[in-house]
Amino acid sequence: MSDQPLLRVSGVSKFYGNRIGCKDVSFDLWPGEVLAIVGESGSGKTTLLNCISTRLMPTAGTVSYRMRDGQFRDLYRMGEAERRFLMRTDWGFVHQNPADGLRMSVSAGANVGERLMAVGERHYGNIRETATDWLGRVEIDADRIDDQPRAFSGGMRQRLQIARNLVTGPRLVFMDEPTGGLDVSVQARLLDLLRGLVNDLGLAVVVVTHDLAVARLLSHRMMVMKDGAVVETGLTDRVLDDPRAPYTQLLVSSILQV
Amino acid sequence: MTIGTDDGLATYNFAYLDEQTKRMIRRAILKGIAIPGYQVPFASREMPMPYGWGTGGVQVTASIIGPDDVLKVIDQGADDTTNAVSIRAFFAKVADVETTTETAKASIIQTRHRIPEEKLKDGQILVYQVPIPEPLRFLEPRETETRKMHALAEYGLMHVKLYEDIAKNGHIATTYAYPVKVEDRYVMDPSPTPKFDNPKMHMSDALQLFGAGREKRIYAVPPHTKVVSLDFEDYPFEIQTFEEPCAMCGAQGVYLDEVILDDRGGRMFVCSDTDYCEKRREDGHRGHLAGDAMEAAE
Repeated sequence: MSDQPLLRVSGVSKFYGNRIGCKDVSFDLWPGEVLAIVGESGSGKTTLLNCISTRLMPTAGTVSYRMRDGQFRDLYRMGEAERRFLMRTDWGFVHQNPADGLRMSVSAGANVGERLMAVGERHYGNIRETATDWLGRVEIDADRIDDQPRAFSGGMRQRLQIARNLVTGPRLVFMDEPTGGLDVSVQARLLDLLRGLVNDLGLAVVVVTHDLAVARLLSHRMMVMKDGAVVETGLTDRVLDDPRAPYTQLLVSSILQV
Repeated sequence: MTIGTDDGLATYNFAYLDEQTKRMIRRAILKGIAIPGYQVPFASREMPMPYGWGTGGVQVTASIIGPDDVLKVIDQGADDTTNAVSIRAFFAKVADVETTTETAKASIIQTRHRIPEEKLKDGQILVYQVPIPEPLRFLEPRETETRKMHALAEYGLMHVKLYEDIAKNGHIATTYAYPVKVEDRYVMDPSPTPKFDNPKMHMSDALQLFGAGREKRIYAVPPHTKVVSLDFEDYPFEIQTFEEPCAMCGAQGVYLDEVILDDRGGRMFVCSDTDYCEKRREDGHRGHLAGDAMEAAE
């Protein structure tokens, strides 16, 4: 592990007119660390995620990222070309709805290969080999490589989306409710897969979820949000086993027991 | 300058469009020439023909044509099909210019989906009619996004299309509107010309102008400009080849049209470029279905 964080978020706020999206959020994310942002619907989780992943311009605050050369760069002071290049090489973004992150009308192989072609890979055989390899790693049979994602189940689509994001070897991945809309057994398998990949590749992940079980399984550290503000942060096990803020106590006690 | 009519009706401005419109289109053309392959928006006008019949090409031609120009119009290589005949007649009427079917004699050639077989010369202008100028359109439907992709030269998506071709068909099955990169910068749709014609665009001596009327875009490839067809290292760009020569003139290495002769599978392949084929026959070349005109002449 490096002695410097990968991502520095300081004082990020986003206002939608008079309404608050998120307010004065600061944290550091370290290489290989998984941070979960939890909270109820409308608590500003996704707004925060969009603000730090350059998909939404924050009203105030800075987000800086340690580039591969070790230099910190303010994401909102970079040129758009550089920012988009960063997003499709060093970063990944896994959407809740796979249709938002995939090209539904091109084959699975092309979906995985797109990022490679975007960074200049021009050898069909190599692209296909890499795509096959990645489909295997996310447990999709190699004979589905020429099928379109429309022909895939929800769980397969989500795994395909993950492969598409990881193919360029990113260091930082953002996930917005990666298991939303999946049934529990598929969810369990996906979480298992994600945990394995995150460990193997040493990824830093920011995962937004309303499902505390997902946070418990995946994340090292978590941030609890309410009404746009962070109410509690800490190691995941500590926050879930010994919640301090009243809202976190409410959240933890609201989990349904089977 | 106006062209009058004998019957006392209103007169047209020379070449149909008014001078202000021509000026606007010429500015778009000049900008297009200055940035090869870049799609310049322009205020496309209503023309006396439906969209899809070459309104973009006609506006470009109308803006650059002068009284001394000689105009040739081809439609899929032929001078005698509806689109070609009517556009030629249009300019003969509204600009009173000389028209021709001979490639070498023409100073402006308006074309729908072919580049003449005869090599174009310095000083000639080829005007393409373009239905969809955006090469990324079917991959990325958002215009805001495709413009950004052009601006930032993010062209990975274009190769996704070629990848899909190979994955589905075992080879790059795109045969027309085959994407090209112009002067190492902009990816451009060469209009639905067969990919057979793509190499002719590279380092051409003639100026190439593209007009899309419905989509309101003009783009250009100046003379002596690099035009490279996109491909993969292990699946290089190839043009179509034909097994037999032209049945009328015996030409080889030219683009051929398939003509069905009967309902029992009879077919022949003839030059798509009618002017080229006629010239060769005048010069005495004969294909196997050209009849015995030569013996008759003797």
